[in-house]
Amino acid sequence: MPTHTFVLNGKPVSVDVESDVRLLWVLRDVLGVRGPKYGCAGGVCQACTCHVNGKAVTVCTVEVGQLEPTDEVTTIEGLADTVPGDGLHPMQEVWIEQDVAQCGYCQPGQIMKATALVHELRATGREVTDAELDTIRNVCRCGTYPRIREAIRQGAERMA
Amino acid sequence: MQEERTARFTRRRMIGYLIAAPTVVAGARWLGEEEAEAAVPNLGVTDVVDLSDVLTLAAAPTMGLLAVEITPEGDARFALPRSENGQGITTSTAIVIADELDLPIERVHVTLADARPELLFNQLTGASNTTFAMYEPLRYAAATARTRLMATAAAKLGVVVGELRTEAGVVVDATGRSLSYAELAADAAVTRSTAAPAPRLKPAKELKLTGTRVGRVDARAAVTGEKVFAMDLDVPGAIPTMLCRAPTINARALAVLNQAEVEAMPGVEHVALIAKTTYVQGGVAVCARTFGQCIDAVRALQVRWSPGKVDGKSDASVKKDLERAEIPHIPLPLLGRKVEQAFTFHFRPGDALETNSAVADVRPDRAEIWSAMKSPIHAQQGIAAMLGLPQSKVTAHVVEGGGSFGRRLFADAAFEAAAVSKAVGRPVRLQWHRTDSFRHGRVHPMARNRTRAVLVGKQIVSLDQRHTSVQTDYTHGLGDLLTSVAAKLPAVNFAGFSSALFYLTVLNPYDTGLAQPLLSEIYGYDDFNTSSTRNVYGPDATTAREVVLDKVARELRKDPLDLRISLAKDKRTKAVLERVKRESEWGSPLPAGFGRGVATHAEYKGRVACVAEIDCRPETVNRKIADALTGPRVTRLTYVVDVGKPVNALGVEAQIMGGALDGIAHALTYSLHLRDGHFLEGSWDNAFYTRQWNTPPRLDVHVMPATTDKPGGVGELGVAAAMAATANAYWAATGQMPTEFPILHDRADLGFVPQETVPPLPPQKSDGLARAGVRPA
Repeated sequence: MPTHTFVLNGKPVSVDVESDVRLLWVLRDVLGVRGPKYGCAGGVCQACTCHVNGKAVTVCTVEVGQLEPTDEVTTIEGLADTVPGDGLHPMQEVWIEQDVAQCGYCQPGQIMKATALVHELRATGREVTDAELDTIRNVCRCGTYPRIREAIRQGAERMA
Repeated sequence: MQEERTARFTRRRMIGYLIAAPTVVAGARWLGEEEAEAAVPNLGVTDVVDLSDVLTLAAAPTMGLLAVEITPEGDARFALPRSENGQGITTSTAIVIADELDLPIERVHVTLADARPELLFNQLTGASNTTFAMYEPLRYAAATARTRLMATAAAKLGVVVGELRTEAGVVVDATGRSLSYAELAADAAVTRSTAAPAPRLKPAKELKLTGTRVGRVDARAAVTGEKVFAMDLDVPGAIPTMLCRAPTINARALAVLNQAEVEAMPGVEHVALIAKTTYVQGGVAVCARTFGQCIDAVRALQVRWSPGKVDGKSDASVKKDLERAEIPHIPLPLLGRKVEQAFTFHFRPGDALETNSAVADVRPDRAEIWSAMKSPIHAQQGIAAMLGLPQSKVTAHVVEGGGSFGRRLFADAAFEAAAVSKAVGRPVRLQWHRTDSFRHGRVHPMARNRTRAVLVGKQIVSLDQRHTSVQTDYTHGLGDLLTSVAAKLPAVNFAGFSSALFYLTVLNPYDTGLAQPLLSEIYGYDDFNTSSTRNVYGPDATTAREVVLDKVARELRKDPLDLRISLAKDKRTKAVLERVKRESEWGSPLPAGFGRGVATHAEYKGRVACVAEIDCRPETVNRKIADALTGPRVTRLTYVVDVGKPVNALGVEAQIMGGALDGIAHALTYSLHLRDGHFLEGSWDNAFYTRQWNTPPRLDVHVMPATTDKPGGVGELGVAAAMAATANAYWAATGQMPTEFPILHDRADLGFVPQETVPPLPPQKSDGLARAGVRPA
């Protein structure tokens, strides 16, 4: 069985697992990292969204064999460590202040998508608009979308 | 009036008592009641007006078995015998305890109780009943604990209790001497359970948190990934498990044709046929090192199946069967003329974002189960029977769930996990695949509703409904509950549970004469997989009523909102309508292609009014988004809600907002298409629940100040009026009255390519890095 190495939440990690096992299952079932959630295994619901090299990725659609040792995977558990200080990421803080979560199942993926979206827009000099918020595919069955939208707007302002 | 009857119901007295324990533990029970008997004094037929009352009545006898505990650290602990799935009851429970005990909310720890059969009918979560039923017992239990702490402090400080007050977990006397709850907890304990002096509940003005906007107690856990759902639990040795399910609904697995081949696949450790029984749908179980390897193995399985229970049925054939089974309205009175309309409401998923999930560890002599369960005693009982174990040997742990909607009343995954664990001889963690969840999971049954208003001159003399539905399954224990209270309520016929539930939940908020709404059902309860999905009959029955009311308004040439105000049965309904008229700027001009609609709903002891504004312009309706259903968009929604007494106003806003987005889905986009005995949908890009591109950019919820002293339910309250208001807004915008729901169900382009039924699951994908731009495509 091959060994796969990548950087997970800032630390190198190695796993012995078949190359075609999707990263979502490597995280949850092999490594016990369970922040990213299973919602469909088809890249549709986005509940498994993590960052790979800073971009939002549905890890249920990534084979672990596609990762290189230098690829940096960040899950919700590691998001706070991507900003200075001992506290949470400003997006997480706003999420709490706005009381966004209801059941909470989709929220790790929502937050990972939100932070990556802000970075992606900023990289081309853009800010968060209603049209951009409309493009977010993350499903929330509890229907917290209006609070998600407001939290992303406010979170963006707090992100340096 | 309803409120007077409710007040009589609650004027029975509660008394406190202390339970022998190392620290102070307090409970409360109804005066004059035996623990095991359902002897509830002074409750007559007229006191029970709706399902909230029935559930509260059924739960009452064992409220005395619940206790608030003060820990050695001086915190409060309470094991809530209910299921939290996002509706916010752990937070509202913590608020009630924090206020009565004078503790900061962070020091109130609410957990979910394991199945406790001794609680009888006091461990069923549903009908948005928890806050309503638990409010007084909780307050009395917490107040009893506080009273005991103060009495203990009084003795220690050598003062009378009247000179003491409590504040932030500390008892303080007039001179400022204090003792913390931690210092008092052990000394306040009793060695024999004993009645306590009648506790004094805090008057409204002393409640610090109740009625204010309080953030969820689990908010931080939710945003850090620390919140634990069933599949996040670390149960040693529990192996990922999925089932290969049938090509059509409720077909039986007969044989596995390539067992050895699949067992040899990477990661696979077990393949086991699980026969269909009254307990489980069955299928072929695969246990593997990872869920992804389960999916690959399920896709490779060759299985022989029996025919399904509804093979050959389709939307069109079910619609015909519903039409044939409809009970006619009574003949029109002399001088009466009718305004009537029949509506069709298609099957809708009961899916939550967390699919049915459970962990089971079955040994020869005992079993342990973990799952999000709203009827855990029934699950414990059924799993014990299935396994051939005594009920006392099955422990059922209730885990917080990722949404409910229609999926936690029946512990389908728990039964399956137990069956597989027994078959393979090891612990399993089982979750449903999303595609199976849409196709084999419990759904909101397809229904037809014929609503008829009878007018004499300009007066509405009756507004009546004939609701015909594919049968809803109520065998999760609600039947036993209803039977337990039936003897006390001779005027209500509980023999037919569905009819009883319809009667108790479909409440007309308008003064439109006497009517007898009737429900009839088709098919057996287990032909389709159905359950009480969020708000049950509410969305369909209310939408039918509200659209017909708009039809009446057009005939009478009256403003639809003013018509409703003139018909409002009580002042609470009138008040929410008047406020929504103001807040929504009803009557202000709208651009061409836009429309406004209004609706009300009365249920769960609350009253709501909703105005929706919808954009039906072609440029909105025809927006092109990949793998999405756009269509008309609700651009603004104004909701006014009177829950009686709000406990957590921020939580009320959240639930109404969520319910509104649910209602919009029911009205416009969200349904299942039935063809040849199976549903076509298999993902959230097939079954089009409200997404960001369907979300109203403006949604305002206004929580009315308290109108009663009892907190009504909110988990489901927002769905019906939002669905109905959206329907009426659509009519106003397009000039076409909608009569089939969701409005986009019979669209020219289905919008997706259905997954085949064999294999039952789609392949996993590998294009994530390319799509995200992490790698070149």
